Amino acid sequence: MKYLPLLLLAILWEAVVQLGLVSRDLLPSLSDVARAGWTLLREGDFWTNGAASLYRGGMGLALAIVVGAVLGIAMAWWRPANAVLSPLVEMFYPMPKSALIPVTVIWLGFGDGSKILLIFLGCMLPVTIGAFNGARGSDRVLVWSARSMGASRLRMLWDVVVPSAMPEMLNGVRTALALMFILLVSSELIVARQGLGYLIGYFGADGNYETMFAVVLTVAFLGFAADRLYTLLMRRALAWRD
Amino acid sequence: MVDSKADSVKQIAVERVSHVYRPARGRTVLALDEVSLEIGAREFVALLGPSGCGKSTLLYLIGGFLPIEKGAIRIEGAPVAGPGPDRGVVFQHFALFPWRTVRANVRYGLEKLGLPRDEQERRARHYIEMVGLKGFEDSYPSQLSGGMKQRAALARTLAVDPKMLLMDEPFGALDAQTRSLMQSELFAIWQQTPKTVLFVTHDVQEAVRLAQRVVVMSARPGKIKASVKVELDRGDPHIYRSPAFAEKVDEIWSLVRDEALKAQ
Repeated sequence: MKYLPLLLLAILWEAVVQLGLVSRDLLPSLSDVARAGWTLLREGDFWTNGAASLYRGGMGLALAIVVGAVLGIAMAWWRPANAVLSPLVEMFYPMPKSALIPVTVIWLGFGDGSKILLIFLGCMLPVTIGAFNGARGSDRVLVWSARSMGASRLRMLWDVVVPSAMPEMLNGVRTALALMFILLVSSELIVARQGLGYLIGYFGADGNYETMFAVVLTVAFLGFAADRLYTLLMRRALAWRD
Repeated sequence: MVDSKADSVKQIAVERVSHVYRPARGRTVLALDEVSLEIGAREFVALLGPSGCGKSTLLYLIGGFLPIEKGAIRIEGAPVAGPGPDRGVVFQHFALFPWRTVRANVRYGLEKLGLPRDEQERRARHYIEMVGLKGFEDSYPSQLSGGMKQRAALARTLAVDPKMLLMDEPFGALDAQTRSLMQSELFAIWQQTPKTVLFVTHDVQEAVRLAQRVVVMSARPGKIKASVKVELDRGDPHIYRSPAFAEKVDEIWSLVRDEALKAQ
C-alpha cells in the first residue's frame, strides 16, 4: 500500500506515451522498456556486467567500512590519530568524490581497481565520521564498569566503545551505501569497458533507449532494495535500543 | 594469620589525598583537600556529604578511574594502579551495557575472569535470582524499570565476588519505595556475604540505616569533617521508627546541615 504512488507513476508513464503526449524518442513506453528488460535478462551480457558492478561496489564498500570504522574509533580514542586525521577529514569530506574519477583512472587504469579505489575513498568518510561521533559519545561509566570487571584497555575498546559507536556508525554506512551506487554508476558511465553504468552508456549511444531505460530502472531498483535490506538488518542489530 | 594481617593493614587506606578538578571551561576547583580515611575488612562505611563535596571523586580515585595526583591510596597495602575486579563498583545510573541482555550483563565480569561457560551460566543464574530478576534474563536494560536496572547492575557486580563494593549513590535515581526496598535487600545481601562497602550518599537516613560508620564530608573543598559510629539493630524492619534511629539521624544531620548550607 505504501508503494501505491509508484504504481500510479508507472501507469502515468505508460499513459502519456500511449496517448502520444510525449515522443517515444524521448521516453519509450514502460511496456516496451519491460519487454527490452526481459530480453536483456535472458542474455548473458547483463549478468556479467552486473557481476562486475557488484564486485566493485562490494569490495569498495567493504574496504570503506573496515578502514573507516577503525580510523573513526582511533580518532576518538587516540589523540595523535585525531591530530593527524581530523584536518584531512574536514578537508576531504565536502569534496565531490566524482572529481576523483579521472584521477583513479590515471592511477589504476580502466578496470576494477580504479572503481574500487574511488568507491573506497568516496564511502569511507561518512563511516569514519559516524564511528568517531559514536565512539566519542561512549559513556564514561560504561568504560569504567568494563575496566573494573577486569577488561584491559584494548578489550574495553572492543567491548564498550565499538558497540557504543554502532548506532551512529551504521547510519554512516547507510549514507555510504547510497554514495556507493552513485560513484559506481557514474564512474562506469564515464570510463569503463564493463558494468551496469557502462551498459547504460552503451545502449544510450546505440540509440537503444528501451534497453537503456531498462538498465536505469534495474540500477534504481537495486539501490532501493539494498537500502531496504540494510535498514532491516540495522534495525535488527540495534534491537537493544528500546 | 589472615585476620591478624587484616588488623594491621587496612583494606582501604586513603592518605592525605588531594584532587583538583579541571573542567574544560571555567576555573579549576579543589575537589578534595588532604583527605585521609581508613576502612577495615568487611566494614560498611557510608560517605555522606552535600552534592559537589567530592565524595564521588574520592570513590572514583579508590576505584582507580582517576589518576591520584597528591597523596596515596592503598588497597591491602598496595598502591592503587587502575581499576580491578577486587573492587566492584555500582554507579548511580546503573552503567549497564545497553546492548547486552540482563544475563549477558551479569556474565560480563565472569567472562573476563575466564570462567568456563557452564560456570558463568550457573553463577549468573544464582545472582539474577538473588536480586529477584528471574524471568527477565533475556530483557535488555531499556526494557527494565529503574529499580530493576539497579538490581541487574548489583547482580553483575556481586557475580564477580569482589572483596570490596564501591557504591556511588546507587539508589539516588530510584523512587522512595524502591529505594527503601533496595536498602533492605542490600543489607540482607551484606549480612549473607559480608564485604567491605563504601557507600556514597547524600541521604542521612539512608546512611544511618545501612552503615556501621558514617563519614561526613565538608563542602568544597572536600575534607573529612567527622566519623560517627552507628550501633543500631540494622536487621530490625522497623528501624525507622525507633527513637535511637531518630537520634542518630539528628546527630548526623546537624553535622551535615552547615555544609549543605555552605554548598548552596
